[in-house]
Formats: sequence, C-alpha cells, structure tokens
Amino acid sequence: MRIEKRATPSTLAMVAAPLGAVVFTLAISGLLVLWAGAPVGATYVALFKGAFGSLFALSETLTRAVPLILTGLAAAVAFRARLFNIGAEGQLYAGAVAAVAVGGMHGGTGFELPIYLLFPLMLLAAALAGAALLLGPALMKTKLGVDEVVTTLLLNFVMLLAVSYLLDGPMKDPMAMGWPQSVALQGDLELGKLIVQTRLHNGLLMAVGLAVALWLLLQRAVPGFDIRAAGANPRAAAFAGVPVTRTVVLVALLSGGLAGLAGAIEVAGRTSYLTLDMSPGYGYSGIVIAMLAGLHPLGVVASAVFVAGMLVGADSMSRAVGVPNAIADVIVAASLLSVLVASLMTQYRLRRK
Amino acid sequence: MSPPSSSPVVLQLHGITKRFGPLVANDAISLTLHRGEIVALLGENGAGKSTLMSILFGHYVADEGRIDVMGQPLPPGQPRASLAAGIGMVHQHFALADNLSVLDNIMVGSESLLRLKSAKRQARAKLVEVARQFGLVVDPDARVGNLSVGERQRVEILKALYRGARILILDEPTAVLTPQESEALFATLSQMVAQGLSIIFISHKLGEVLRVADRVAVLRHSKLVAEAPTAGTTQAQLAQWMVGEAVSLPERQPAAKVGDEVCSLRNVHTTASAKSTARDRLVDVSLVLKAGEMVAIAGVSGNGQVALADMLCGMRRPGQGTVQYLGAPMPASAVALVAQGVARIPEDRHGTGVVGDLPVWENAVSERLRSPWFSRWGWVRRAQARSQAQHVSKQFDVRGGGLDAPARSLSGGNMQKLILGRALLAPQGAEGMAPRLIVAHQPTWGLDIGAVRFVHQQLLAARDAGAAVLLISDDLDEVLALGDRIGVMHEGHLSPVLPFADWSRETIGLAMAGSPMTAPARQG
Amino acid sequence: MSDVMDILANASFWVAVLRTATPLLLGTLGVLLCERAGVLNLGIEGIMVAGAFTGWLTVYAGHGLWTGVLVAALTGAVLGSLHAWLTVGLALSQHVSGLGITMLATALSYYGYRVSFPKVNTPPTITPFEAMDWLPIPILGDQTALTLLALLLVPLLAWVLFRTPLGLAVRMVGENPQAAEGQGVAVMAVRSGAIIAGSALMGVAGAFLTLSAFNAFFFNMVNGRGWICVALVVFASWRPGKALLGALLFAFFDALQLRLQQSGNGLVPYQFYLMLPYLLSILALVLVARKAAYPQALMKPYRKGER
Repeated sequence: MRIEKRATPSTLAMVAAPLGAVVFTLAISGLLVLWAGAPVGATYVALFKGAFGSLFALSETLTRAVPLILTGLAAAVAFRARLFNIGAEGQLYAGAVAAVAVGGMHGGTGFELPIYLLFPLMLLAAALAGAALLLGPALMKTKLGVDEVVTTLLLNFVMLLAVSYLLDGPMKDPMAMGWPQSVALQGDLELGKLIVQTRLHNGLLMAVGLAVALWLLLQRAVPGFDIRAAGANPRAAAFAGVPVTRTVVLVALLSGGLAGLAGAIEVAGRTSYLTLDMSPGYGYSGIVIAMLAGLHPLGVVASAVFVAGMLVGADSMSRAVGVPNAIADVIVAASLLSVLVASLMTQYRLRRK
Repeated sequence: MSPPSSSPVVLQLHGITKRFGPLVANDAISLTLHRGEIVALLGENGAGKSTLMSILFGHYVADEGRIDVMGQPLPPGQPRASLAAGIGMVHQHFALADNLSVLDNIMVGSESLLRLKSAKRQARAKLVEVARQFGLVVDPDARVGNLSVGERQRVEILKALYRGARILILDEPTAVLTPQESEALFATLSQMVAQGLSIIFISHKLGEVLRVADRVAVLRHSKLVAEAPTAGTTQAQLAQWMVGEAVSLPERQPAAKVGDEVCSLRNVHTTASAKSTARDRLVDVSLVLKAGEMVAIAGVSGNGQVALADMLCGMRRPGQGTVQYLGAPMPASAVALVAQGVARIPEDRHGTGVVGDLPVWENAVSERLRSPWFSRWGWVRRAQARSQAQHVSKQFDVRGGGLDAPARSLSGGNMQKLILGRALLAPQGAEGMAPRLIVAHQPTWGLDIGAVRFVHQQLLAARDAGAAVLLISDDLDEVLALGDRIGVMHEGHLSPVLPFADWSRETIGLAMAGSPMTAPARQG
Repeated sequence: MSDVMDILANASFWVAVLRTATPLLLGTLGVLLCERAGVLNLGIEGIMVAGAFTGWLTVYAGHGLWTGVLVAALTGAVLGSLHAWLTVGLALSQHVSGLGITMLATALSYYGYRVSFPKVNTPPTITPFEAMDWLPIPILGDQTALTLLALLLVPLLAWVLFRTPLGLAVRMVGENPQAAEGQGVAVMAVRSGAIIAGSALMGVAGAFLTLSAFNAFFFNMVNGRGWICVALVVFASWRPGKALLGALLFAFFDALQLRLQQSGNGLVPYQFYLMLPYLLSILALVLVARKAAYPQALMKPYRKGER
C-alpha cells in the first residue's frame, strides 16, 4: 500500500472527513466520561437530549448557535484568504461595545433618530468596530510581515480589559446595583423573539442570512473570486490580475465586521446589555466551527449548530449525570485536531501498489 | 591532463533507470569513472543529468540499475551512505544555510549528536588545511549569507572535501560564476585531480567541457547518446550530439505579411539587486516585435528568459531602458495588458497559469473577470462567463472533468490548451478583439506530440491573423520550426535576432552555449 | 516620577521582577527551541495550563515538589509529541495544530480539575517551593529553586545550541532542512526532538505558576503569558541570552505597572496598566519585524525527498 496525492478532492471525503472526525472525537471523549465515573451511554443520551431533545432544548441550542455562526463565518472568510484571524473574541466585544454606545447610550439619550435608521446604524457601528480591531494586525502583516496570529490573540486580552474599564466607568449602568453591566439598549432596538416564551430571537435569521450572503459573495461576486484565488494561489492570482494586497484588507474588514456583528446581535437579541462574561470563548470556537465546515459558509451554519448543541447539552447533562460541563470544550477542541488529521483523507488516498 | 584509462575504476553506474510517473528521466544509463579523471556530463535542460546525479548522491532512488563505488555496491537513497562511500556533491542551487557560518555549514552532520562539545578548534584547523591543500580560500567564521556567489560555491566544494570525498560531482558549477571565478574553479579542479580525486562535471557549456574534461558523456532525452574523449572532439560535434539530428519537421509556414511594430524593448536592463544572479537578469536587451511575425528566442532555461517574459506580462518593470506597446509605454498591470490585447502564456502552468483549486470555468475567464464582458457592478455575469468557458473548451478541445472540475485535475496538455484558449480567444460577441501581442513562454513543455502540434497551429494561426508573437523556448526543434526571426539568450544578453535563413542548427547551438557570434552584429 | 523612583529603590520590587520573569523565561526558551528547529508551537498557552495543573495535582496528591515539576515537564513532552506528529510526521498546518493543542490542553485541564474537585469553591492549596534562604545573594536568595533552574538553563541552552553537534543540527534543520539532509542529518527526528524538549520546558513554565509563584490552580491563571512568550522569542532574535533580557525587561514593566496601580493616583484606570504587557508585546513584534533573522525554514513543512 502507498499514499498517493489525489487529483480531484473527493466530495465524499470532504463530507465524510468532518463527520468521521466528530464520531471519533465523541468516541474518545467517552474515556473522559469514564474518568468522571459516569455511565458513558447515559451521559451521551443526556447530552443529545439536552441539545436537541425538546423544543425548549432546540431553542436554547439555536440561540447559542447565533453568535457561533457569525464567529464561524468570520473565521471561514479569513482562513480562506490565509489570514489567520484568532481575534474574533475581541472583535465580538468591540462590536458589542459599539452597539451599546450607539443604541444604549446615545440611542437612549443622544441621537434623535427614528428606529429604522438607528438600528442599522447600530449594526454598522458594531461591524466597523470589529473590522477596525482586525485592520491593525492585517496591515502589520501585509506591510511589515508580522505574523497575525500573535497580534490578533494579544489584542483579545487588550479588548477585554477595555471592556472591563468601560463597564466600571463610562458605560456603567447606574441602576444595576453594582453588577458590572452596561447601560441597556433602548427597548425598540432589541430583536424580537422567533419562538415565543423561549430565548430564541430574530438574530438567528440575520445570522443565517449573513451566511447565505457570504456564500453568494464568495461564489458570485468578483471580490469573492479574488478572495478565493488569493488564498489558494497568490502568484497565479496576481498573474490573473487579482489585487492581492487590497483583497487581504477587504477580508480583514469582512472578518472583523462579522465578529463585531456577533457581539451586537448577542446584545440586541439575548442580553440587551453588555457584560464581561458575555462570550465564553465564542471567538475561539468559531475557528473550530469554520474548520469543521471546510470553510464553507453554509457548512458553518450546520457545524455551529453542532457545537452549540454540545455546549447546551453539556450544561443540562452535567445537571443530570454529574459529568462536568467542561467536557463540551474538550469535545470541541478534540474535533479541531481530528478534522485536521481527517483533512488528509481528502487530499491523499491509499493505493495498493 | 588525461590520465591513462588504465587507472583504476572508482565509480560504475550500471543501467540506471528512473521514472517520475509516466515521465522517464533516466533510461538505462551506464557510465564509468576512473581515478584522477574528469568526465563531463553534457546535455540540454531536461535531458536527465541532475536526476542521475541526485540518484548517485542518495536524494533519489533509481527504479532499475546498480551503482558500484570502488567496487562496492552503493546503498541507494541515503545521502549518509553516499557520503561515507566518498561521494560529494556540489549542488547547482547551493545547499547552504545563510544564517550560519562557513564552519557550521561544513561541520554539521560530521560529528556524533551525542558529543557534549563540538570539536570546533580541530574542525577549523582541518578545514583550513583542506582549503590550503586545494587552493580554496575561505574565512571559516564568515556568515554564508554575506558571501559572494563564488565564495559560496567554494564552501559547497569544501563541504565535500572536508568529508573526505574522493569522487566529486559538480552540477553546472559555472552557471553562476564570472569568467574570473570560473578560471579559479578550473585551477581548483586541477589541484583536486592531482591529489587523486575523480570528478563528474555537469555542464551545457561546450567550450568549458572541452577545456576541463578528459572525457565527455552526452545525455539526450534521458538516454546516453555518446561518449568520447575530449581530445579530438570539436564543439560542433558536441553541439550536434546535444541537440540531435533534425527530426522530421512539419513543413515550415513562414510569415506571409509582416506589418508594423507592435512592441519593442530598447536597451533594457533589469534592476540589479543583491539576490539577482545571471539567471534572472537582462543586460542591454533590444527587441522589436512586428505584427504578423513570430520571433522565437532560443536558449537554455535560466539565462534571463523569465525576466524577459515577466517584463512583457505586466509582472516586472525595467530598471533601465524602455518597453513600448502600440506606441506608448507598456501598461504596468496585468488587467490593462489583457484589455489592450496582450495574450500571455506563462511558463509554469500549475503555479502561475491557473489557480488549481478553482474550477475550470473560473480559470477560463480569470483574466477578464473585471471587464464588462464578465462582470457588472462587482457581480460575476455567470451565464456569460460559463458560456465563454464552454466556448474556449470546445474551440481548444479541453478535455477533463467538465467546467466545474478544479483546474488542477486537468492533464498538462489540457491545462495548456485552456490557458491558450483563455489568452487567444476574444470574448464571444467581440470577435474583432483578436490579440495584438502574444507572449508564449515554454508553451509546449511537458506536452505530448498531439498537444504540441495543436499549440503550434494555434500560435501560427494567431500570427497569420495579424498578431506579433514572441515564443520563448529551450526546445530547439520548436524554435527552428516556428521562428520567422530567431534570437538566442545567454546570461541575460540577447544575440542579434536574425531571420530563420541566417541560422543553422550548429550556430544556434553554439550561441546557446555562449560562443561568440561570428556573423556581424545587427540590431534585432 | 518620584513614585517610580520609590518603587525602583525598593528591593522587594526587584524580587517581584525576577519572580515574574521566570515563567516567561522558561516559556520563551521552550518556544525558542521549537522555532530554531523550524516549527512554530502555538500550543504553549495550553501546555502551560496543563503543566500548571498536572504539576499542582501531583503535589496535592502527596508527592514531592520536584516530582511535580517532573510530571509537568512530562505533560509538556506528551503534548509536544502530539504537535510533532501532526506537524513533522503528517506535515499539517502548524498554526492549526498549535491552536488545537492549546484548546485541548486547556479544556482537558479544566475538565480534570472539575472531575477531581467537583464541589470546591476556593481552589485547594499546596505548600509551594520555599525561598532559597541558603543562598547569600540578595534578590536571588528570595527566589525559589525553579527560578535558579531557569537562570541556569540560559547558559545551558546556549551551550547546547551553539557548542554541540546536536545544537548545530537543530539550527541547520531550522535554516535549510534539505541541506541538513544532504549532510546526513535525520531531519524529522531532530525536529521532533526539539519540539518535545521545548514543550517540556513550557510545561515547567506552567508548573512554576502553581508550585512557586502561587500555591493553587485557578482558571485563567496563565492569562496570555504563552502568547507573550511567542512574541518575546522574536524580540530575542532566537538567542537564549537575549531571551533572558527580554523576559526581565518585560517583567520589569509588568511589575512596575502593578505597583503604580497600587500606589495609584486614581487618574489612570487600572485596566490600562494591565493592558501594557500585551501592547508592549505587539510593539516588540513590530519593532523587530524588519530585521528579524527568522530561522529560514520556520513554518515551512518539510517533506523528505521533495526538492
């Protein structure tokens, strides 16, 4: 037997790889369940029931999926262009801050704008805030050759500290009785509920809409072609006339913008104010989601729902069976490594000599 | 200079064959090397010289055949075994770490990894002694990245000598040297031979071969076609062995009607930079391309052809001199060039010609995607683009997995046809928009006969439709079959570009190898 | 300004500087070793968490402090082998592999902590390393033995890298693996070995936090130090001596900002002080970007026989 590089990526392998990776990951995570002294079967049943087993569970999962879809899209578009944006976490918070600044502070007391103008303005501000945070590292990469992984990572910490400062000071909600949370959004700016009596809000429609829009951009628009070409083969892209540097900047704006929107939509849909613990690592999970989806925008929706399911299911499973809900993070991280290895399957195949 | 062939045999290759997929790089090659002898291995690019030597040095494993060193069989595929057997290789592209010192580069791998302390002092002393023995001057503590090309080559040579090589392989050693440095190298080779070393000297330069070597072995298209002592052999004979008898060529189709100037280069020099070598520069190149005429540039790859092609494809600007197109300075961007009727066929179809991961149809229109033909308000006009891709596919007989298969799944021939069609066919509905200038760089490299004929037909048809065609090729048969006027590149210089009738196979072969032209110089 | 002078004059400040520098130094040396061999190891943040956890858990279970350090080093080595297999053996993306290992190691550590201590609210403590009172040198005598170890590793690593055949092989592999192969060096073995050794150091860096600097394991205790080490390696031009300098310089500013916060004039919010370490790291990267003498084969996967 020997390993041979494939000429055409097999579509079967492209779908089978992430699925195989997930199955493998769940199997190994069974060992962790054993370590915690719980029955493996019952644990997984509780996990899946907690994720998808009832209308309520499903609504919780889909609610959790909203920011994950957006950070997943942010990672997908960036990684397509070989821009390793690990800063989605900070960009999410930047977007949330901008949303509250426009919609809570000034929307509530400052701007005299009708809602149909204020709402898009709020979202635009959020996208710009996220994009601005990524622009620095992106320019440092194109002009100075500084690796964007470390710079985007470090900015996450900076942004979180900035949020902490804002919540202590300028954005503090005086009526929150000491809790570190921000002023709330004007009520009219909040997103309506998709399913009544659940937490699922219209942000889901927006997120899915953005996934479709991104997919259309990548497949049907000239800038989308530029992004795909520059990421796949910068030299051939330049030969064909693609403006490679400008494209990288565009990608940075898109990616940061999507992450910023994730923050705004979380504020507008779920919490209505900004807190320090709004995001339990959604930015990082976005990377795993994008990789599981093979960087495909529509695939991102599916893998975001899966990851959200793991996170939500683990909470309820933990209450039922006692296995710490941190297992969800292990499953997510292990999925990333598994799908990385599984990607070899799409590129190579075994051949009898 | 020639030792009696009664001196002992130090190296024997028996029937070495190596294939890379369907391509045969070495075909049953047998070769003998005696002690104190210099054998030159001669051949054009792609003839199989470097592959053969890589097998000898352990970088590749031969599919068939055997190698004996000093009578002992050589374990294949291990540089360490080859080193231990006394074989040393001076690579064409130096295998050196720029950030490390000369001594470090030479010492690495020579001591056991378990030693607690490198015996640096002894190593330095040994290096100095070896260097003195062979007349090579180096500073052991100099950083390799700061050395000149000639000095770096000396380090490469010392690497082998330090390890006690008795058989030295030099792969195109003078390709990157000035004439003075080449002289110094030849003196070194004499010293080595005097000390009992045996040398295999790979080259395509006929004059050098006759000067330096005792015997010469000629490779052509993966086979050993001739072997002779250099005493009594002429350059002309070598040239003939190297390029072969004229194969039955299809009838030449000379240009019917040559029109006005379309494009010209006048006294163009590339900007010199610390990293540029003879391979990638142009020195005072002047060239005129006229409508309806095909100018073919011959020459061994690596003598400035890439720089010339880049300059006409919008990938490079001249450091000095001017490049004119249709009476105005040549536009800088690829998009502008294509819009103004320049058809570009790049040398590296996989790496530059197509974006392999993207589908065939997108590659078929990639150069014109931004134009109103295939996009509006930033959206791709998908139907029109796919239709054009279909048109190109049909007209140029591109076969493969269909319009949606990734471009890299196409075979070499089909990929080249796609690139050709993209460049030569105007968008549907704009048939008047035929290309005015065609730049074809190694357009038939690696293609089978059928594909080669097809490409030639297309280029000739485009020429007859009024385009100026520049064909850059290291395949002499192709140059002679197609060129109305022919020029030869050597080390960044372009020979006078003369009509086909003024050249012979022999004179071109000589010009390719750098021999001075005997014909009076004329401006191209 | 007199605030600053007061702070600098106080010996306990310098003790804090050296203490703060230790995990940075160990981590930076670990990254340095990996990158000298040509491999980027973004798993450091997670390996430090894992080292902190396993080291601490070992001691909590009743074993000695040095045993804890050893276990932490082993944990790092195991995680390093995973990274080596993925990036050297399978030639997969070094970025994704490293990030995946950080996420996995962190998640496994938190999970392990929760499984072992399901009902505690305050992290259980252990008795950490004691100050080296037997050492008559000021400031250094107030540190623990791990700091001494870290300081001794600097000349040791420098020696190995620049004076032994092994170190030369490591450097060659990071500059031009094809050339190394041509000289008979086993490229994959040397690369993997460097990654594993470097990751072991990262594990010890994490253990320092739980066994020396503090005495318990809590969430978010590594807090980005791993990433700062990655930046510091570039700043240190991949030299152990400069890594020490960089770690000290960084720790200086970090300890300074902490004390300025405390002596605080209330004008500058404390969060801005805390931002300084990260912003400084970015600045360091930008400053050296132009002239950085990267090991030339860094981040390029090596496939045998491919030329």
